[in-house]
Amino acid sequence: MTSARDTVLGRIHDALVLAPTPTVVVPRAYRTGRALPDDARLDLFTDRLLDYKARVHRCTADRTAEVIGEALEGHGARLIGVPTGLDARWLTAYDGEVREDHPDVPPAQLDTLDAVVTASAVGCAETGTIFLDGSPGQGRRALSLVPDLHVCVVDLSTVEAGVPEAVARLVPERPTTLISGPSATSDIELERVEGVHGPRTLVVVIRTDA
Amino acid sequence: MRIGLFATCLGDTLFPDAVKATAILLTRLGHDVVFPPEQTCCGQMHINTGYQREPVPLVRNFADGFGDASIEAVVMPSGSCAGSVRRQHRIVADRYGDAALRAGVDAVAEKTYELSELLVDVLGVTRVGAYFPHRVTYHPTCHSLRMLRVGDKPLQLLRAVEGIDLVELPGADSCCGFGGTFALKNAETSTAMLHDKTDNITATGAEVCTAGDSSCLMHIAGGLSRIRSGTRTLHLARILAATRTTPDVLTEASV
Amino acid sequence: MSTFLGMPAPPPRSPYGTGNLRGDHSFPRAAHDELGNDQLRRNLGRATGTIRAKRLSVTGEIPDWEALRDAGSAIKTDTMNRLPELLEQLEHKVAERGGTVHWARDAAEANAIVARLVRATGSDEVIKVKSMATQEIGLNEHLESVGITPYETDLAELIVQLADDKPSHILVPAIHRNRDEIRRIFLDHIPGVDPDLDNVPAHLAAAARGYLREKFLTAKVAVSGANFGIAETGTLAVVESEGNGRMCLTLPDTLITVMGIEKVLPRYQDLEVFLQLLPRSSTGERMNPYTSLWTGVTPGDGPQDFHLVLLDNGRTAALADAIGRTALNCIRCSACLNVCPVYERTGGHAYGSTYPGPIGAVLTPQLAGMHAAKDDPNSSLPYASSLCGACFDACPVKIDIPSLLVELRRQHTEQTGVTPEKLAMKAAAAVMRRPGLYTAAQKASALGRVVAGRDGTISRLPPPLSGWSDSRDTAAPPRETFRSWFASDEGRAALRSAASEQNSDRIGENGEQAERNSAHNGEDAT
Repeated sequence: MTSARDTVLGRIHDALVLAPTPTVVVPRAYRTGRALPDDARLDLFTDRLLDYKARVHRCTADRTAEVIGEALEGHGARLIGVPTGLDARWLTAYDGEVREDHPDVPPAQLDTLDAVVTASAVGCAETGTIFLDGSPGQGRRALSLVPDLHVCVVDLSTVEAGVPEAVARLVPERPTTLISGPSATSDIELERVEGVHGPRTLVVVIRTDA
Repeated sequence: MRIGLFATCLGDTLFPDAVKATAILLTRLGHDVVFPPEQTCCGQMHINTGYQREPVPLVRNFADGFGDASIEAVVMPSGSCAGSVRRQHRIVADRYGDAALRAGVDAVAEKTYELSELLVDVLGVTRVGAYFPHRVTYHPTCHSLRMLRVGDKPLQLLRAVEGIDLVELPGADSCCGFGGTFALKNAETSTAMLHDKTDNITATGAEVCTAGDSSCLMHIAGGLSRIRSGTRTLHLARILAATRTTPDVLTEASV
Repeated sequence: MSTFLGMPAPPPRSPYGTGNLRGDHSFPRAAHDELGNDQLRRNLGRATGTIRAKRLSVTGEIPDWEALRDAGSAIKTDTMNRLPELLEQLEHKVAERGGTVHWARDAAEANAIVARLVRATGSDEVIKVKSMATQEIGLNEHLESVGITPYETDLAELIVQLADDKPSHILVPAIHRNRDEIRRIFLDHIPGVDPDLDNVPAHLAAAARGYLREKFLTAKVAVSGANFGIAETGTLAVVESEGNGRMCLTLPDTLITVMGIEKVLPRYQDLEVFLQLLPRSSTGERMNPYTSLWTGVTPGDGPQDFHLVLLDNGRTAALADAIGRTALNCIRCSACLNVCPVYERTGGHAYGSTYPGPIGAVLTPQLAGMHAAKDDPNSSLPYASSLCGACFDACPVKIDIPSLLVELRRQHTEQTGVTPEKLAMKAAAAVMRRPGLYTAAQKASALGRVVAGRDGTISRLPPPLSGWSDSRDTAAPPRETFRSWFASDEGRAALRSAASEQNSDRIGENGEQAERNSAHNGEDAT
């Protein structure tokens, strides 16, 4: 008996014989390889993040801990989760409880966290997008998803101008999450409402000299 | 310029005033208007309703009638017929015709224009000496807007008309709901679209709603007449043909 | 693969009677009911108006939008040309990274595979990410029939599921519901919901969050669709907004993804095009809040048991049509629905298929056929358009939907036997091909003047024209055709007079002069 695989592939072959089409050359005349100066990228990235109701703090690297501490305190976070590999110096201004994540921690336990603090892999200025890829300091995907507050540190040097430039920096095999603002929905009368299942608050700490 | 005039079957039979206006306008601009008498219909209604074998003789007839090299341009007071000639005739020729027909179709398609295209792009005129002292709103018909891409050429022509009070039509680029046999096969949906269009037209307070297609205007006029609106429809050619010495008299609700 | 040896056979459509690719009534009949619903019209008008403005704003702000459309269109066409090798590459890469790939010829086979995989986990429930493919195959209905409870987690899908309703839009399945109706549905169907829940969208969203939280945290199996599957790397992509997708794709132990075979993309780099085209076209955002990209199984992160089900269900039948196959390029953004004047009035239910609107009108008949039954409702879909072309302009991958509709109409009339319409079309063409006959017919049409009222209009016409005359007057035919005028003394005199006017009246001969003239006009006005 022919397998479903062979049947479907056979049908595709037949279809392409019945209706052949000439070879296509893909035109890639869209913008790629853009390099914008630091201040232009910073302003664009900030503008787009704010447009999506993310909270944005800009600081130099030496103020990282201070800004994170203030953000957590401002939201009343007393129990936070962090991924393995997060720079411990970032939490020196925070005096609440810290739990380092582990793959065996069940989702329900993540739900008890007030907040999560992570680093990030890449940013895209034009769309206000942050890319997390599970590298050290970013954690598994569940960690940055379940807690209601996500404090994410983005180094300006990792922020690219547009989508092609940002995608070029990704490692395909890594589980990658693109985040553009807090979770949102347009499902009621096509009006955007921030805050559904993902973190309802996204705090982005942009380090301008890192 | 020697210009072949295609009246379109609808224009020839039901709305001759728009075609007359086209002939008069082009003649007034100093051009030689010829009317190949063997012309009938471009076949658009057939093609858009799903019939492509039947209009093969019509496509051939069109290509033969206007193929004469002495005809430098072919004009028609209809965006959708011009669209059919330029976009659909070659599909019919390829599928049900032959190479000779395809060649004939291509040759004619290249020199075929809707009225505003001919005036602005080919003849380089926007100010045609028209005088039309009325409040007018313009509905861009779908095929002139999106198939031919006439853009604001009709508006350029209208803005240059002396005495005109041109008012913008809200939701102008929404279809009026005609769509040929769509208005019969899906009459209720078509009516819903028509009502929104006539509401928008009425809201402008215009005396006249103009457009580049008699078919869409027939549809809009039918809706305006049914609701006893005071707004008339008038083909763009009639406004452009109207002058101080030979004004268009707004008597009938005709297109 | 025995089929390779013989003559190629046209691939089969989606089997009749399975899945959700066919309604109960023809489009005009179904639209009749929807058109009578004023609330629906208001809801749709408001929602589509909002989204159109947003889409135009974000597609207009980037200078290379057209270049992106050109690239997107070409990538999809190239993909269809190379579908066998790309699918085999995808299969290989997913397997290499610890996933399992299944193939499904049709809806029934895909449903059976998913049900078997769910049972194997010991779970009797699944959480679901919004997915067109699983809607199409009727997966929820099948799972329920074998004792597995599916929970839709997308807000709009949840609204539809709670109300025992049907989706009416690709992106926003509950677009036909307004906030008051949604509040009522939640109050009636969400256990333990706050009885003081108001109609503020943020509060409604919060109610959904509360309801689904426990499901996300405890479910063992999730089912998703996929927006893209990258052949080069085996990476799958889900584009979403609410985070329900991330929950489903990340928290359960087992993930089952059902993907149409046309969703494959050749290269990872191609995401740079589609991650710009899709969000801007669908929700009118520069980027959607969340996109998940995963490749097989990642130890310690997300589901450790991953299955990909590759679905045909009529896609190869569409692929066998040189013109129709471009409908497979669709990336399900729903921009064509939002700009369609027909969809705006009738809503999505009138199309009877998981895929409504302009793209549905060309995709549904190709996947499921137009002649599977007598008076097949799908055969009315290609006619459910005024061919206004707004969909083509909005489509991020430049699918020429109006031309596809015209082609499907041709296929329909070619496959249909003799009908009164066909006879009328033949008769009309026979007259129009002979100028002599045509002129005689024109004279006959002038007889229409007889039936016109004193005001020169006709307000009542017999079938099949009665639908027209129900809401439109028709002007009586004129006394004289253009051609007889042109040949008459009156016509000749009018043209002579026009020619002489040309000599007496200086008229702008070129654009430059016209510009000067209008500039002069402007001065007069001030």
